[in-house]
Amino acid sequence: MPTYPLIDRLLLIALVLLTITVPILNLGVNADHALYIETYNVTLLGKYLCFALLALSVDLVWGYLGILSLGHGAFFALGGYAMGMYLVRQIGDRGVYGNPDLPDFMVFLNWQEAPWFWTGMEHFPVALTAIVLAPGLLAFVFGWFAFRSRVNGVYLSIITQAMTFALMLAFFRNEMGFGGNNGLTDFKDIWGFSLQSNETRNALFVASGVALLLGYFICQKIVRSRAGLVAQAIRDAESRTRFIGFNVENYKLWFFTFSAILAGIAGALYVPQAGIINPSQMAPLGSIEVVVWVALGGRGSLYGPIIGALLVNYAKSWFTAAFPEYWLFALGALFVISTLYLPNGVMGLFNRKAA
Amino acid sequence: MVLVLSLLSVTAVASEDNELIQTLAPELLSKSKPKRLMAIDEIAASSAPRKALWLQAMIDGDLYQLKKTDEIVLATRQGNTYSLTKASDGTGLDSVKKRALRKIKIDNAMRSYLRSLIGTLALQSDDTEERFQAVYSLLGKVDSDAVEPIRKLKSQEKSERVHEAMGLLISIHDLENGTAEQQADAFEFVSGRLDNDVLNSLRRLSETSADKQVVAQAVMLLDEAESRKRWYTYIETLFFGVSLGSVLVVAAIGLAITFGVMGVINMAHGELIMLGAYTTYFIQQLMPSAIDYSLILAVPAAFIVSGSVGVLIERTVIRHLYGRKLETLLATFGISLLLQQAVRTFISPQNVAVINPSWMTGSWVVNPALSLTLNRLVIIAFCLFVFAVLLFVLTRTRFGLQTRAVAQNRQMARAMGIRSARVDAMTFGLGSGVAGIAGVALSQLGNVGPNLGQSYIIDSFIVVVFGGVGSLWGTLVAGMSLGIGNKLLEPWAGAVLAKILLLVFIILFIQKRPSGLFPQRGRAVES
Amino acid sequence: MNVSAQRGLLRRDKVFGFLTPAVGQQLDTTHSTLLYMENVSVSFDGFKAIDNLNFYVDKGELRCLIGANGAGKTTMMDIITGKTKPDTGSVIFGKNVDLLDLNEAEIAIAGIGRKFQKPTVFENLTVFANLELAMADFKSVWWTLHSKLNSAQVDQIEHIASTIGLLDMLNKQAGYLSHGQKQWLEIGMLLMQRPLLLLIDEPVAGMTHQEMEKTGELLQSLSGDHTIVVVEHDMEFVRSIAARVTVLNQGTVLAEGSMADIQNNDDVRRVYLGE
Repeated sequence: MPTYPLIDRLLLIALVLLTITVPILNLGVNADHALYIETYNVTLLGKYLCFALLALSVDLVWGYLGILSLGHGAFFALGGYAMGMYLVRQIGDRGVYGNPDLPDFMVFLNWQEAPWFWTGMEHFPVALTAIVLAPGLLAFVFGWFAFRSRVNGVYLSIITQAMTFALMLAFFRNEMGFGGNNGLTDFKDIWGFSLQSNETRNALFVASGVALLLGYFICQKIVRSRAGLVAQAIRDAESRTRFIGFNVENYKLWFFTFSAILAGIAGALYVPQAGIINPSQMAPLGSIEVVVWVALGGRGSLYGPIIGALLVNYAKSWFTAAFPEYWLFALGALFVISTLYLPNGVMGLFNRKAA
Repeated sequence: MVLVLSLLSVTAVASEDNELIQTLAPELLSKSKPKRLMAIDEIAASSAPRKALWLQAMIDGDLYQLKKTDEIVLATRQGNTYSLTKASDGTGLDSVKKRALRKIKIDNAMRSYLRSLIGTLALQSDDTEERFQAVYSLLGKVDSDAVEPIRKLKSQEKSERVHEAMGLLISIHDLENGTAEQQADAFEFVSGRLDNDVLNSLRRLSETSADKQVVAQAVMLLDEAESRKRWYTYIETLFFGVSLGSVLVVAAIGLAITFGVMGVINMAHGELIMLGAYTTYFIQQLMPSAIDYSLILAVPAAFIVSGSVGVLIERTVIRHLYGRKLETLLATFGISLLLQQAVRTFISPQNVAVINPSWMTGSWVVNPALSLTLNRLVIIAFCLFVFAVLLFVLTRTRFGLQTRAVAQNRQMARAMGIRSARVDAMTFGLGSGVAGIAGVALSQLGNVGPNLGQSYIIDSFIVVVFGGVGSLWGTLVAGMSLGIGNKLLEPWAGAVLAKILLLVFIILFIQKRPSGLFPQRGRAVES
Repeated sequence: MNVSAQRGLLRRDKVFGFLTPAVGQQLDTTHSTLLYMENVSVSFDGFKAIDNLNFYVDKGELRCLIGANGAGKTTMMDIITGKTKPDTGSVIFGKNVDLLDLNEAEIAIAGIGRKFQKPTVFENLTVFANLELAMADFKSVWWTLHSKLNSAQVDQIEHIASTIGLLDMLNKQAGYLSHGQKQWLEIGMLLMQRPLLLLIDEPVAGMTHQEMEKTGELLQSLSGDHTIVVVEHDMEFVRSIAARVTVLNQGTVLAEGSMADIQNNDDVRRVYLGE
């Protein structure tokens, strides 16, 4: 799969432009001006960018390493939960029960103190560590076992799905200490800035854009390095790669872990913009949906999944507003069409013309 | 209510006795509870034909006094108003608002007292079943005054069942309150029985009796009963486990064919199950008067519906994706979304009501400590039946041989003259049809709605992978072990945690043995 | 495989690949025998694929391995390269490296290269990248993330590419190569690996007569520096490279010697010609 430097560069420029102009068009332009972008849409775009980062992380392991993970929704949600915990701690005594030490749902459950893993979550550096560690550790431990015993292909996909499902069931339990069904919500502010203000919302949008760009650069560095070549070699002929001396398990493990961390960061940026995180974010459907963004955009290139994520999510917003009944029809058809007719995604169409 | 009404038809004597209720009105409405109780006793002792109806109405809170005329009435609420009938003779009166009525007050203690009174009334019923139920409802609740008439009734009783039940009733009484002789008889009678009332009575006896010998005897019987009960609890857990296992096997076995034999990852499998369940619903809608037979018709119908949809899916989508498993997974997932939404749009987003036929309701009471529900028993039998048929089809028929040949070596099978495309379609159709049949079974256990399939898909895959892809026996063993494992864990872990633990176990298991419990071996698989 | 998986859990060097010492450098080849396989047996589901096999290869030798289908040739290669673990027996490389303790990657690093029966190259990568990956260098994740090729390494790649006649195709995707070119590329990758022992499974299958000749020359020129074991069906080719020959039958060594010895061996004649 040759990459196209031109598309690559165009996409980068477009992303940079988007990150810069959207806040200007929201904050610097009068509300009655034709180019004005509503704050609601700024946040919507910000969420799309988080999804694009998530898609990028899935593509890194699927497109380049051949591991179809149906569990990235869980990593996304874990990062989101870590951020959500920080945000819940910022509420302080402004909650419904006005308890300065305990989040509302714990007061409601009659808990006397917060569980140990809430310790220090009111400090941003601790939360940031958790955002990286929670998905990273889960992926590392899971991958350690899975790759070492050479679970491959669809089996791996199925057990990643089982993992997500188990995690979702666990988070639905009140005893887990993550707010059960309702999850974490009612956030007030972040770093002392109100989440309701236009400025914060624009800042979060910019942060998402920057995170996506950074993620893109790092992924590009990785796939262009020799390690990236090794990953593709593993994807195409795993045992051959072993016989020329590469420890395939280690490559899979580190790529998978890194990819999970990327997904976690995407989740952490998503939560303050969405205003809520709950276990349904881990539903198996969510993880598979991400895969279809990547499939539609075209895996095995870094721009493909980003374009796929933006396209599908825009379509989703449009459909759910205009024809809510038909969104699942459209999504279902998208799955079928993209696998039957677009094996290399939308970007593959360019590919075919070029070849 | 049924009980009360049939009592009425029996005792159609002196109707002037029915005026009693009017005479007792002041007592019934009195503030003093003893006075009200006395009135109730008087009613029970009277020969008024409608007395059981009054007592029942009192329990239900339907007995009132009409303020204007002081008449005692039976009132049933209809919207904002109450429709009335005279308590004494049942003539209809005009409907009134609530404030025109004065309620005859009753508390919980009185309510249970009333129930036991009605029970004693029922003891004299002509209907054997009613007498039996009446005796059973009185177990452990009769005092010495009440037990004497029952002794008399027992000697006249012809039905063996009722006779036995009365013996039990009397024994429970005698254990604690009988003469020494009666007590000894009672001990003999209750030995080996597991009824809760017997055990409660023995327990009280062991704690309160002054007679050491009696205490020892009670304790011995209790221990014996407890250990037997524990056994029955194990058997019950096992039964629940096997029935849950059967559900898992039934749900997964179609997948064992499409995934196991053909290697096709069919994420729409759950929706094919759902289609089977909806087929059951529509069959029942078509023949509302013959629900009992509907399931027998639904099995082939569901097989045809889901099977045809399966063949359609195979011909239009999966055929183009052989050898690309991950793509098949995504495409069939898309199909599952399409099918779900189709049901939501064209049928209903809500669940539909599928009725249990009468032969699947109720339970088989083995003894007081163990009763097995019929629908679970049927599911277990059904699971084994489907399994046996599939095993036969795949191992003993020409079609099965061709299926396995194509699965193992497509090129070679074609060279031998097998039309592989046709076999693929047929095999996939078979797997899908079996999913439909599973839908018929599952429609009897839970809600039938657009999300039915989703709740089974992950479990089904887990069962097939755990059992070993390509092995029907593996699927059976895996489903059963997961079912039993789940039910063993549930008591101390809770349902959700048990499920999580099992998922984690499976994830770890697959790491250790990637090809499941019954792996396919040999060189062909290695390469 | 279970046993090795368990063992793997206790080994820090398997996680942090960059801590793994390059095993190849420690190889003690002071004896003239490079590979010892002794009393090796392995069975699949009761079928004995390898039955009490004893097999030795000397340093610098060019050995041909022949035998009917199912004689155990490929399984034997699988055992040497770590793909299959034998039920019993020992496999020692050099004097001191027990191959049964190592996984495929470690065995490759220890200095054993393998060419498959069906040419397997990385079809989506360029010829250059294929050779680069096979290059003898550190193989850890961390190293490959940041290392750049130095000019000596680029020279080496170009040198090998010219040896295998693919110098013009360095930037072409390997998937576009012809069957023969893929075979060559795979041999080239083996050369990049600079292994002490080369295991080559049917190198001339699907080659033209000319290509075959060229391959024969190449293999002969390599022996001496490298030790080579070739599995081949083509007797013509085996005779042309004039090497020592081992005949496998039903998972065990039937005969060993020069081509002439083998042709006159009664056992071989009985098995092959039914005499």
